[in-house]
Amino acid sequence: MKFVDEYRDRATVETLTAAIRSTVHHPWTIMEICGGQTHAIVKHGIDRLLPQEITLVHGPGCPVCVTSVELIDRAVAIASRPEVIFTSFGDMLRVPGSSRDLLSVKAAGGDVRIIYSPLDAVDLAAKNPGRKVVFFAVGFETTAPANAMAAVQARRMGLTNFFLLTAHVLVPPAIAAILGSPANRVQAFLAAGHVCTVMGYEEYLPLAASFHTPIVVTGFEPVDILHGILLAVRQLEEGRAEVENQYSRVVRREGNAGARRVIADVFEPSDRTWRGIGTIPMSGYRLRPAFASMDAEHHFDVGHLEAHESPLCIAGSVLQGIRKPHECPAFGRECTPERPLGAPMVSSEGACAAYYRYGALNHGR
Amino acid sequence: MADDTPSFDGYSCPLPIDRYPHVLMAHGGGGKLTHELIERVFVPAFRNDDLAPMHDGAILSPGAGRLAFTTDSYVVHPLFFPGGSIGDLAVCGTVNDLAMCGATPRYLSAAFVIEEGLAMADLQRIAADMRRAADRAGVTIVTGDTKVVDRGKGDGVFITTSGIGVIPTGVDIRPTNMRPGDVLIVNGPIARHGIAIMSVREGLSFGTQIVSDTAPLNSLVTVMLAACPSLHVLRDPTRGGVASTMNELAAQSGTGIELDETAIPIDDEVRGACEILGFDPLYVANEGKLIAAVPPGAADAVLAAMRAHPLGARAAAIGRVVSEHPSIVTLRSSIGSMRIVDMLSGEQLPRIC
Repeated sequence: MKFVDEYRDRATVETLTAAIRSTVHHPWTIMEICGGQTHAIVKHGIDRLLPQEITLVHGPGCPVCVTSVELIDRAVAIASRPEVIFTSFGDMLRVPGSSRDLLSVKAAGGDVRIIYSPLDAVDLAAKNPGRKVVFFAVGFETTAPANAMAAVQARRMGLTNFFLLTAHVLVPPAIAAILGSPANRVQAFLAAGHVCTVMGYEEYLPLAASFHTPIVVTGFEPVDILHGILLAVRQLEEGRAEVENQYSRVVRREGNAGARRVIADVFEPSDRTWRGIGTIPMSGYRLRPAFASMDAEHHFDVGHLEAHESPLCIAGSVLQGIRKPHECPAFGRECTPERPLGAPMVSSEGACAAYYRYGALNHGR
Repeated sequence: MADDTPSFDGYSCPLPIDRYPHVLMAHGGGGKLTHELIERVFVPAFRNDDLAPMHDGAILSPGAGRLAFTTDSYVVHPLFFPGGSIGDLAVCGTVNDLAMCGATPRYLSAAFVIEEGLAMADLQRIAADMRRAADRAGVTIVTGDTKVVDRGKGDGVFITTSGIGVIPTGVDIRPTNMRPGDVLIVNGPIARHGIAIMSVREGLSFGTQIVSDTAPLNSLVTVMLAACPSLHVLRDPTRGGVASTMNELAAQSGTGIELDETAIPIDDEVRGACEILGFDPLYVANEGKLIAAVPPGAADAVLAAMRAHPLGARAAAIGRVVSEHPSIVTLRSSIGSMRIVDMLSGEQLPRIC
């Protein structure tokens, strides 16, 4: 496939791996922030090609993983209501709340549907005027433009039965929180290419400078990831801390102006609780007051929710790169993809699931 | 007076079955309408000498050799999809289960659970598809059953087919036969069926229409067995795809499996659809595919025989059986690294980004 195969080319991969080997002289810890990159690393076995000086740790960049238990419980409660058609991207359905996930709600008779575009949820609302259609607006800056467009479109169509349960999270505040933590061990970041496609990378400049940490905007194919690692290692070895753009075939410094505009029209930054990590100031989006009538959280009174997380689960440490999935005592024992304790084991992009699925040879599960 | 008394002798519903555009509850009631449904839909579609007596069961003469016997239920939605229908699937699936035992499929039964309201034309089309698939596979449908459930309590129609086949003397196919060194062969590009179904179920459209690979594989198996009568294992990688089948085989045989990603045939449009949806094609369902474990000395002959058959034209050796890492399936990735191919937990779900 054009634009894919050339970035999975074995000869190019070998050239990059050799370049990394000859560049690295000291041990370095690099975090890929995005779950899609974690998945690609483990799926293609990229980590097994790297010299032992380089430790990759996996960041909180899986929106499924970091959606708070309280918000999942809220989604479960809303989806259980008979008047509601609850819509979501597929991989949210298996994430456990305190006691149930959305698939269980569906099995119990709730109208829970997988959609591929938030505009499909708007269509559903138009075709079902007697029902209330709720869309679980999950994701980083990547999905925010399309989710915002859905709100704009619903308003344009005059729909009063379309709602968003907003769970958006933002990357730069998460990077700042990780680098600001006393337990931090991350020395360079691979920033998520698709987030930067939307937002550009100007927000990363002050982070790289103030924490003296290289940040390399990186794509998702093996060649991208190894190139991103090479650029990060070069900076680390040379003592530089800059923002570099490995993914220049897609990402521009200022991002996508149209997408940013529609996000700004519909959403505003707000504090957000990250599963396993806690509240990070101004690290999420909520609907602006002009769109408050679409806010599912306000529209549906689901009463008081008490969220519970398993005390065995170290998801928070895994998501901050403090510990690796297989270092968790519950990994592969009490916690498996069939019986997950935490979200990183549920999502196909979760670090724990990726380690479990692809890493048994490395980590002796 | 007596002459004015209406006679109900010979009275029947004035509407012939083709005037009922939809299946009614009464079509499953065991009375006249059930009889008409069978007589007018299934008997004409499946007509054969063994079905003709319309006895409570079929009386068969399977011939010499060991019998293989299998059963499977088909609950696919939608009922019709690019490249096939639930009718094709119900015949091919059971035929293939027999073929994977090395058996020559002979007879099928077909039980229908029909939802009230199913269009009669759809049922007739499904029955015609079953007949066509049965003819292609050289099997006959010799007995069956029909039930109708209330509207909303089915999904159009569910079909259960059971099948009997005869295993030729000398053929012994089972997972425990798998030996280190065996070559693993697939008969063509994978993941078509799952993506074809998903494209219609979810209303997704891709650049080109992706058509299911549904097909009866028994004639392909026949030429493979002719090339290598001591073939070790056959398995059709349906639900759960190639990855799940390989894991089953590794676990059941206690051997390790090493796959070569670059050798696994997959069409570009299917690969593209999987990329878009975040699916791994190794886990996507197939219907007209088989995996064979072949002794190394016979691999070239089996591949040549398969490639001369229309259902094996793009057959490929995709990996081998090893003694290292027993019960684990690994894959040499396209970039030259190694990774585990695990059993999937639940369904693959399309991911967020």
